Amino acid sequence: MSVKDRVIEIVAEQAVLEPSDVTMESTLEDLGIDSLGLVESIFAIEEEFDISIPFNANEPESSEFDISSVTTIIAGIEKLIENTPAA
Amino acid sequence: MKRVAITGAGTINALGHNVSQTLEAMREGHCGIGPLEMRDVDRLAVQIGAQVSDFSPDTIFNRQQLALYDRFTQFALISAREALAYSGLEFSGALSAKSGVVLGNSGGGMQTLDENYRTVYEDGKNRVHPFVVPKLMNNAAASHISMEFNLKGPSFTVASACASSNHAMAQAFQMVRSGMAPVMITGGAESMLCFGGVKAWEGLRVMSKDACRPFSATRNGMVQGEGAGVFVFEEMDHAEARGADILAEVVGFAMTSDAADIVMPSRQGASRAISGALEDAGLNREEVGYINAHGTGTAANDKTECSAVADVFGPHADRLMMSSTKSMHGHLIGGTGAVELLACIMALRDGVIAPTIGYEEADPECALDVVPNEAREASIDVALSNAFAFGGLNAVLALRRV
Repeated sequence: MSVKDRVIEIVAEQAVLEPSDVTMESTLEDLGIDSLGLVESIFAIEEEFDISIPFNANEPESSEFDISSVTTIIAGIEKLIENTPAA
Repeated sequence: MKRVAITGAGTINALGHNVSQTLEAMREGHCGIGPLEMRDVDRLAVQIGAQVSDFSPDTIFNRQQLALYDRFTQFALISAREALAYSGLEFSGALSAKSGVVLGNSGGGMQTLDENYRTVYEDGKNRVHPFVVPKLMNNAAASHISMEFNLKGPSFTVASACASSNHAMAQAFQMVRSGMAPVMITGGAESMLCFGGVKAWEGLRVMSKDACRPFSATRNGMVQGEGAGVFVFEEMDHAEARGADILAEVVGFAMTSDAADIVMPSRQGASRAISGALEDAGLNREEVGYINAHGTGTAANDKTECSAVADVFGPHADRLMMSSTKSMHGHLIGGTGAVELLACIMALRDGVIAPTIGYEEADPECALDVVPNEAREASIDVALSNAFAFGGLNAVLALRRV
């Protein structure tokens, strides 16, 4: 499964939606994911890809990790995976 | 001052998943204590406990709820649902704005702590689930009850070890009696039966490895239980006006502190709490027919408690009945007084005195009628519930038949 499909699956589960209901343009707000849901999604993504996401819920705008849409989230994850040295 | 009615009760504990199962088990003298089922049980020196069995939280709560509810919160919510359904109350407007929840709890989300300590210490992981804090905080159960039932008045959690529930219910009683709140949801919940929880208790060397035998000369320690008890305390006029079924009336309470020792109980501290509750309720000691004892089954508690009761009641101590239902449901620590209040309600309402099971041999230092091994029918008017905690914190409640 591609990074994109895996992220969509995680986000859909968090939003209690079918993966087909999640589009690349969707924002977390569109999907009904609140602040607790957001940190739970980030945790699930970190677990899934074995990466560490730089995100502070107090200042989401200034975090390096852009959560404004599914597209930006996937792009951020791909960058993190690329920069994570292979074990 | 307002009178205070109990208009709802709910529980889940090792004797049953609701009030009727629990009272039935108490009447029959069933023992909820058995071999512990948990990870690494072979590394424990104490391998018995009163666990809630046949329990599938995933059939009761959805995935999002389970992500936020430690086992003690699950127990509290299940009990609160039963109690609120029984009371028939729904909260909106002014009733909602003034009513709240006071719960007793000692350890917080011990299962959550245990699991996540394993994750970071044993498994060496560097990341835990983001809900660890809201799941383990010991006000979580009170908060989730306030959210589920729209209770917007005073809500908080009381921690006084083994007296937590009695302190909580005393606080709720005071709030209703003073007119501060028309209804308070109260009781307690605990879930300490996890590897770390039992291991910690082992360290004190006060746990029995085979059974809980309160007041028996052969007693050799306490046995831990888990679960919750939740009650609806309602202003009497409010309850009567809506035709509620009143289970019992709460008539008084007292709290004292030994100010002496962090674990050893005090005869004086206990007797001051018992006599204080009688005084607060305006009761003559001869009116008391039943005491639900703290009765942990330790050498120290049981003899201290019996001597305190003898001090307070004088000759009447030989006429009243006092049993320890911990012999059946174990010691629920911060939730124990709540489950034990059910035995007081059964005594007052149904005229059935729950027994002290596991009783084998008389102890001259516990020479009271402890209702050994078999429940007894008796018509009584007033019951007390004792709780004497580590830290020397004591709380006694007085209930009257309605």
